[in-house]
Amino acid sequence: MQSFYKRHPVWSVILLILIAGFLWLVITPWPPGLEEVMGRKRIFLNAVLSGITLGALYFLVASGFTLVFGLMRNVNLAHGSLYLLGGYLGYEIANATGMWLLAFPIVFVLVGALGLLLQHQVFRRMEGEELRQTLVTIGISVVLADIMLWIWGGQSYQVLSPDWLSGPMTLPLVISLRPNGDPVYLTYPQVRIAILIAAIVIGLAMWLVLNRSRLGMLIRAGVDDREMLAASGVRIQYVFLAVFAFGAGMAGMAGIVGGTFQSLTPGEDTRFLLASLVVVIVGGMGSIPGAALGALIIGLAEQIGLVYAPTYSVVFTFLIMALVLAFRPQGLLGAGR
Amino acid sequence: MSYAVSTSITVQQGLLGRVPPLWWAIALLLVAMPMIASNFVLFQIFGWTFILGMISLSLMFLAGYGGMVSLIQMTVGALAGYLVAILGTSGVPTISLGWPWWLYIPAAIIVAALFGTLVGALAVRTEGIYTIMITLAIASAFFYFTRQNYGLFNGYTGFNNVVPPALFGIDWRQPAPFYYLTLACASLAYFAVVYVSRSPFGLALQGVRDNPRRMSALGFSVTAHRILAYTFSSVIAAVGGILLVWQNAQVSPGTAGIPQVIDILVIAVVGGIKRPIGPFIGALIYVLLRVYSPDVLLAFGLSGERFKLLIGLGFLVIVFFSPDGVLGLWEKFKARRAKQADPLRMGRP
Repeated sequence: MQSFYKRHPVWSVILLILIAGFLWLVITPWPPGLEEVMGRKRIFLNAVLSGITLGALYFLVASGFTLVFGLMRNVNLAHGSLYLLGGYLGYEIANATGMWLLAFPIVFVLVGALGLLLQHQVFRRMEGEELRQTLVTIGISVVLADIMLWIWGGQSYQVLSPDWLSGPMTLPLVISLRPNGDPVYLTYPQVRIAILIAAIVIGLAMWLVLNRSRLGMLIRAGVDDREMLAASGVRIQYVFLAVFAFGAGMAGMAGIVGGTFQSLTPGEDTRFLLASLVVVIVGGMGSIPGAALGALIIGLAEQIGLVYAPTYSVVFTFLIMALVLAFRPQGLLGAGR
Repeated sequence: MSYAVSTSITVQQGLLGRVPPLWWAIALLLVAMPMIASNFVLFQIFGWTFILGMISLSLMFLAGYGGMVSLIQMTVGALAGYLVAILGTSGVPTISLGWPWWLYIPAAIIVAALFGTLVGALAVRTEGIYTIMITLAIASAFFYFTRQNYGLFNGYTGFNNVVPPALFGIDWRQPAPFYYLTLACASLAYFAVVYVSRSPFGLALQGVRDNPRRMSALGFSVTAHRILAYTFSSVIAAVGGILLVWQNAQVSPGTAGIPQVIDILVIAVVGGIKRPIGPFIGALIYVLLRVYSPDVLLAFGLSGERFKLLIGLGFLVIVFFSPDGVLGLWEKFKARRAKQADPLRMGRP
């Protein structure tokens, strides 16, 4: 943080002012003049919160993607298919057992096992041939998408959240003041808050594992220089398998989350694949904090754009990506290579 | 004296003898096709093959000679198609400007080429798989943008009734004229790619593909060559896109949807990404599968909708066993036969 301030004093001040302005917008009740320009505060806060929760979902999908890419240089374009498959499986399990939470570990194991299979049987055979691996993942995604369309058809599914998570909750954020001076607080769906907290916990856990454990040390070393790691006696194939299975399992679990607060339809696989691509490009390849930052930015841009400029909301996302590419090709938090 | 005579003979050989007889036979067959094939085959199979082949050819040029796998080609083509609909005439008179054909066709190609160049300028900042991801992201941005923008791109429905101008009193959407139109454009594009690949620019581009560092040490601008390659390939893709829109008589966001964008890559890879003829072979295989696989699947008792599964599996098999596509398989087969026939000729091409 301090080194960033020393290197870019002007940017730090601009960033600080922006953050302070944003916090002011969130915390205080808005004066009438501002409401005329920006609309009601409730709408703004709702957009911000949806953006953050959407960012949490994007983070869940993209973290596995970025980890796999960082370690194995493998752009897994079938990642979106794993997401959708996880969602469908979660729907089936939650429907069959009636337990929403139970779906998560089962889907993690099932989709993770598929990831193991893919890594062991397919990608290991063409190690180092990046383009060929990418093409194979495209083929796999086409095949998986059609098989899923075959089994589950074209209609949309929604995973029902359990009773103890449905319904709204009141957040300590003031939207406006009543004429008598009482503050009005914002209400927001409980399940989204739960997902946001879960994403933060998972993100912190991943950060801890990566930075404080032996496995994390191996993975970080592999991201930096996998030949040296292999040469120093680590069985790198096992590390690859573990990371790929973990990434696939995360995508599957994210599928349940996405199926709970959005819906599952055949086009979702490409949508989330693209979201992960953009998030990872913006945040920086192979970096978990980068994925978190990128997911937050993209989620916010998408939702705020949806409220204030509905036609161009998608374009905002890609505009951000183009800007990052033009001025910082390695991503916001990516290491320069 | 004798020297001069011998050179004139080699020149004659160069003109006629350099092209193998098989090629002459194929060319003759293609020209005579309207006499033997039905209208459906002419318009739907060959017309579509040439169009998809051209768009894939533009990808093949970038990937094979430039080493850049770009997924933007279909989008460039669709943009050119959109421009033809917007600047020319279409079924949406409120948006279409109704320019004459000699103005809107070049304008569409130029604007699409500019767009392709711009994307290329962004994409060449990255390498290898990054290029795939960035072009894929831009392509999908275009798809979503056209789907949501009603002022210019007419949103979800797009434009219908986009037909070619009736030049020389011919309706170019009739099967035989359309066949010749696409054949002419496709062969022009093919020979342009062959010519450019042997020109100094093309050779430098292949040098950049093989060793960018050495080329820049030799004084070539690596970035400029790559961006120019995008421009050239965008022109081919734009022509292909315009023909595609004329064939379907409509253009909509789905023209450059993500599956369509991926299909172009599939076609180029299946056909073979090393030589310019590959994309056309890939396109023919793709079109035959698309048109006839529902019937074949139904014959086996499966639903006709599963043709995508068939295409995906075929693509997987090809990528697994022959990274150079069908052409690679053919060359392997030829090499093995040559080896069996005469061991002394083994090393020669």
